[in-house]
Amino acid sequence: MRKLSAVLLLSAVIMPAQSSKYGVGQPATPEQIRALGLSIAPDGTGLPAGSGTVAEGRDIFVAKCARCHGEKAQGDIGPVLVGGRGTLNTAKPLKTVGSYWPYATTVWDYIHRAMPFDQPGSLKPAEVYALVAYILNLNDIIGSNQTMDAKSLPKVKMPNRDGFIADPRPDVGNRAKTKQ
Amino acid sequence: MNGLGKSNRRKMLKLGAVLGGGVLAKQKMRAEENTPAQLGIPLGPYGERSPYEKAVRWTRDSKTPETGSSFTPLADSVGTLTPSALHYERHHSGIPTINPSGHRLVIHGMVERPLSLTVAEIRRLPSVSRTLVLECGGNSGSEWAPKTAPDVQHSHGLASCSEWTGVPLALLFQEAGVKPGVSFVIAEGADACRMERSIPLKKAMDNILVAYGQNGEALRPAQGYPLRLIIPGWEGNANVKWLHSLRLTDQAYMARDETAKYTDLMPDGKARIFTFQMEAKSVITFPSGGQLLPGAGLYELTGLAWSGRGKIERVDITTDGGRTWVKAQLQEPRLPIAFTRFRLPWRFEGREAVIASRATDESGYVQPTRDALIEVRGTNSIYHYNGIKSWRVQANGNVTNAEA
Repeated sequence: MRKLSAVLLLSAVIMPAQSSKYGVGQPATPEQIRALGLSIAPDGTGLPAGSGTVAEGRDIFVAKCARCHGEKAQGDIGPVLVGGRGTLNTAKPLKTVGSYWPYATTVWDYIHRAMPFDQPGSLKPAEVYALVAYILNLNDIIGSNQTMDAKSLPKVKMPNRDGFIADPRPDVGNRAKTKQ
Repeated sequence: MNGLGKSNRRKMLKLGAVLGGGVLAKQKMRAEENTPAQLGIPLGPYGERSPYEKAVRWTRDSKTPETGSSFTPLADSVGTLTPSALHYERHHSGIPTINPSGHRLVIHGMVERPLSLTVAEIRRLPSVSRTLVLECGGNSGSEWAPKTAPDVQHSHGLASCSEWTGVPLALLFQEAGVKPGVSFVIAEGADACRMERSIPLKKAMDNILVAYGQNGEALRPAQGYPLRLIIPGWEGNANVKWLHSLRLTDQAYMARDETAKYTDLMPDGKARIFTFQMEAKSVITFPSGGQLLPGAGLYELTGLAWSGRGKIERVDITTDGGRTWVKAQLQEPRLPIAFTRFRLPWRFEGREAVIASRATDESGYVQPTRDALIEVRGTNSIYHYNGIKSWRVQANGNVTNAEA
């Protein structure tokens, strides 16, 4: 991941100071930007106030998530959310929040924006913190008495945090092989 | 897309009720058959194809129909453009119905002047039109499996080619003023799940469009109406539809669709991330799986080639399972990152033949074999399959997938 960060840093572009050329559009107001909703960065930028516990998350999960993901998050209409650790390099990899997702902040961001599937955006921040806590606990990533909030969530180290590499392509299909 | 057809049919029915059943019956009959001496049907406001044309998208089964994908019928396509009504679809929480008068694109985050733009305001700005292929990162995902897809719609139908019209993102960012330190743009759609992707600023300043037009008219709702990103050569998912937010930041946001999905798992358990680039690819569309050659004789082999890295330089065709290759004729003009039609006359001798095409792009990249891809990437990476696709023409003229 360190190598990847270096690649991402290199992609930063130095921009000269510019002024508006066409003057088309209106200034975006803070209300307008707020109304777009939250986007959460891996360092926790964007996380709102509030907190949730594993126990609270279990109750919300049973009420709002189990009908698609199964009582034990084993998957049904919706995908499985637990297990799969140690399978990524096997013939049948099981990619779950626990085995694959590199950042806990992504779990918060995705649940908050996209879940429940038929009522996206309906969960309050505290409910989302609780659900994330519950799912992380199901995956043995945090203890059952831990609380998730804007401070603790970005500090969670996901098991597959270092499991990603920068794109090395073209890796197959070179010029030399095919000249005729 | 079907909606218009339905509403036209409803109008026809209404008209029939007014004019009397006899006229309607007569019109219906004319829709089925016609001779030069008979009057045709009257003119209409929005055209429909001939009732004899039946090509449709194939929609993959989904437990939740709002999330899924539909595939372009490439075997039925001619030329290089995909009709908007047959453009492939990939949605994550349904197609939103958006009234453009209330829609705003907000550019915010690390900018000097946070901007809110209406669709009308964006259309006032200097626009460009580009013919570009759009391909889902998961297109041809079926081909990693030992048993590959039976026809070209299933194997390659998550790729389509349109003329897109829009405003360069660089121009909009110039208007907003990019602050120092920005490295990523977080693009977000106005669909139910507000799907988001992190796009490197470098690419945004290079050639990304905020598109409002497709094939001479406004974008179709399934293609992001009223605004979407068009990112030449990059996987479809990053071309965020129903675009309403561009947040300029100093880091990638590691969204679900760029970590849990659209990452390519390698055999060692590591996954490649931010694999935006689509590579050179080609497929023979005739003869292809599911088709039948009625007998021995001359046929024109044809198909489509494209590359996310630029123009198609050449396409070679084998009709003997890869032993010998012949250069195909390419339809001009060859546009960068667009479908390029290739053709080659071929005599079918009534003996089994394994046929395939191999594309080379202007960067010198040559489309690899299936085996070469699998050797490096294994079979669990899901995305970015671009291997050579072989079809087996059986002695009786039936065409099947070669890896069956």
